[in-house]
Amino acid sequence: MERQEGKRPLNGAEIVIECLKKEKVEFVFGYPGGAVLPLYDALYLDGFPHILPKHEQTAAHAADGYARATGRTGVCLATSGPGATNLITGIATAYMDSVPMVIITGQVIVPLIGRDSFQEADTSGITTPITKHNYLVKDVAHLARTLKEAFFIAGSGRPGPVLVDIARDVFVAVTEFEYPETVCLKGYTPLTVGSEDSVAALSAALQAAAKPLFFIGGGVNLSDTSPLMREILDYTGAPAVTSLMGYGCVANDDPHFFGMIGMHGTYAGNLSTKAADLLIGCGVRFDDRVTGLLEDFATKAKIAHMDIDPAEINKNVVADLKVVGDLRWSLQSLLRRLKEIPREKWRERFDPWRNQMEGWRQEQPLGFTQRNNYVMPQAVIGELSRLADRDAVLVTDVGQHQMWAAQFFSFKNPRTFVTSGGLGTMGFGLPAAIGVQIGCPGRQVVCVSGDGGFMMNCQELSTLADLSLPVKLFILNNRYLGMVAQWQRNFFGGRYACSYIPTKTDFVRLAESMGVRGLRVSSPALLPETLREALDCDGPVLTEIIIPEDEDVLPMVPAGARLDQMILGGLSR
Amino acid sequence: MKYTLAVLVEDKPGVLTHVSALISRRAFNIVSIAAGYTEEPDITRITLVVDVDDQYELDQVVHQLSKLIDVIKITVLNDGESVQRELAMIKAASPPERRAEIINLVNIFRAHVVDVNKDTMIIELSGEESKIDALCELLREYGIKEIVRTGKIAVGRGAGTAKES
Repeated sequence: MERQEGKRPLNGAEIVIECLKKEKVEFVFGYPGGAVLPLYDALYLDGFPHILPKHEQTAAHAADGYARATGRTGVCLATSGPGATNLITGIATAYMDSVPMVIITGQVIVPLIGRDSFQEADTSGITTPITKHNYLVKDVAHLARTLKEAFFIAGSGRPGPVLVDIARDVFVAVTEFEYPETVCLKGYTPLTVGSEDSVAALSAALQAAAKPLFFIGGGVNLSDTSPLMREILDYTGAPAVTSLMGYGCVANDDPHFFGMIGMHGTYAGNLSTKAADLLIGCGVRFDDRVTGLLEDFATKAKIAHMDIDPAEINKNVVADLKVVGDLRWSLQSLLRRLKEIPREKWRERFDPWRNQMEGWRQEQPLGFTQRNNYVMPQAVIGELSRLADRDAVLVTDVGQHQMWAAQFFSFKNPRTFVTSGGLGTMGFGLPAAIGVQIGCPGRQVVCVSGDGGFMMNCQELSTLADLSLPVKLFILNNRYLGMVAQWQRNFFGGRYACSYIPTKTDFVRLAESMGVRGLRVSSPALLPETLREALDCDGPVLTEIIIPEDEDVLPMVPAGARLDQMILGGLSR
Repeated sequence: MKYTLAVLVEDKPGVLTHVSALISRRAFNIVSIAAGYTEEPDITRITLVVDVDDQYELDQVVHQLSKLIDVIKITVLNDGESVQRELAMIKAASPPERRAEIINLVNIFRAHVVDVNKDTMIIELSGEESKIDALCELLREYGIKEIVRTGKIAVGRGAGTAKES
C-alpha cells in the first residue's frame, strides 16, 4: 500500500528523530539511560549523528557551546531522574545567556509518574524557572506538535532553552506522523518590528548628544547584527563599550571600541559611563557586574535601551528612551535615520568625545607587571591572541582566566567568544569547547581554563581523544581558585578559606592517560614556542601553564562601588 | 499598593506551575490568586492581586508574566472600573443562646447561613474584601473556628472584556 507522504505511522522515538531532521538538526549531544532506551534504539537504527560525552552536564554545555558558536539551536538528550538533573547547570547556564537549545529528557512511563518511581524526578517542575518554556509529553499524539513548538520557541524572539520531557511509553506508542508546518501559540508572538517613533526619538537624542556611548551586549551577538553595529559606529564616529557577552561584535582593534565596562572593565570604558550624556544599551541586561553601584551608574546620561524583551526595559536601570524590538529591525532603522545626516557632520560632532576617551585609554591602558621568571597569565592570553587563527573561537571557563581572556584577547569576529556570563558556571569551558568544535569542524577552538574549573569536568579530556576533536586546551594553573582567592586577599584579610589547592594531580599525565597530548610550561622564555607547538598540533592537546599564585585581575571595581572607583593595575607594558 | 490583574492563560498542564514559579522566582508579593474556567473551553482565567511598590514594579510583574508562553493576555483591573468580589465561608461558634444575634448580623451583611449544628454555624458571604473583613471582625467576638476565602475575582465594568482589551 502506498503511504501518503508526510503522514505515516511511526512510534514516538521515530517521531522525535523525524522532527530533528525536519528542524535540520545536525547533531544531538546526549547520554543514554533507561527511560530513553527506545529513543536510543531508534537513533541507532537511523544512524542519526550523536555525540556521547562522559557526563550529561557536558551534553548540555556542549549543545550550548554549539549554539553560541553557530547560531543554530543546540539539542541535547538525557534520561529521566539523574540524567535530567545532571543537565540542570547546563540549562541554567544557557538560560542566563539566552542561548537557543532544545533539551529532550526521558520520563518514567505515564502510569508510574508521581509515584517516586525508579529514576523519577519532576523534570518539568525543576526546570520551570530556568527554561524559556517546558513540556511534559504523556500522549504520542501531542509529540510532533510539541517538538515543533519547542524549536520555534527556543530559536525565536529572545532565544532560550526549551525542555521537552517525554514519558518512556510515548516513545513506543504509534501514531500517524505529521509535522505541523506552523505553530499556533496564542500567548507567544515574538516581537520583531517595534515602534518607528521610538527609533526616531533615539535618532533625535543622538543628534542632540555630545557624548554618546553605545553599550553592546550579548543581544548583538545573538541577533547577528554585528555588521550593522560596526556600520553605525563607523558612520557616526560614536564610541562603543561592551559587556562580557558582547565581545566580538565590534573588533577589538576598531578605533571606536573601548573594551568592557563593569567590575573588570577598562579604565577608559568605565570612566566614559560617568561622562557620557547618552548611553545606548543594545541587547544588554544592565547586570549588576556591569553597573556597579546602581544609583551612580551613568548619572549624567540619558539612558536608551534597545532590546527584544520588554521585561528587560526598566528591570535594572530606568530607561529614558525605549526601543523594544528585534535589533535586526531597530539597528537597521536607526542606521537609515542616521544616514539622513552626512557622515562628516556626525563625525565632526563625536570625534572630540571619542578622542577624549582615546586619551583615557592612553593614560591607563590595560597592562600588567611582568614578574621575574614568571609566566604572566595576561601575557599568555596576549600571546594566544597573536598566534591563534584569525577565525579561532575562544572558549573559557569561569574565574580569573576568563576575565584575563576578556581583557587581553583581541576579538575580531562575532560569536568567537564562548563564555558563561550570566550564571558564571565553573566547569563550562571544556564541555562547551566540545560543542564548539563539533559545530565548527574546520576552525581552531582554543579553550582557556583555570585549574579549578578544568577539574570540574576533566573527564571530558577523554571525549576529546575518543572523538578526535582537536581542541587546544590551556590551563592557567595558579594552584588556587583564583577569583575566590583574589576576593579573600583583598576583602577577607588574606584568609584563603578552601581556595588553595596544591593538588598532586599531574595534568600532563592526566591528559596523556586519556589519549590527549600534554605539554607544560613554566618559563616565560619558553612560552611562545610552547603555545605555538600546542596550536600546531593536529589533535587535541592540553597545555598546563604555571602562573603566579597571587596575581589579581585588574582593574577592579569592588562590589557595590561606583564604576570610577577602580583599583587600577600595574602598568608596565 | 495593591493591583488586581486578570491573567488569561491557556488551559494546559503545567500552566499554574509556570505562573506560580515565576511569581516566587522574581520575588513578587502576591496577595491572592484565584483560577477557574472561562467562557472559552481552552482558556483559564487567573485573578491575581499583587502588592507592589510602584508603577515600575507593576510593569515588571506584567512584563515577566507576559513572557510566559502560556499567558495569552494580562489586564490590570482598576477599582472603579471593575467589579471585585471574594467568597468567604466562616465557621463561627454559635451557642444556642447567641444564635439569634449572629443571624441578625448575617442578615445585615446579606450573608447566608449554610450549615448549623449544636455549637457552630457556617456563614457564607460574598463581597468586597473590606466587607468580608468587617464581618469576620464582628464574628470574632463569638469565636471563629475556621475561615476559608477564595481570593479575589474581578471583571471589568461595561461591555468590554479582558480578552478584547
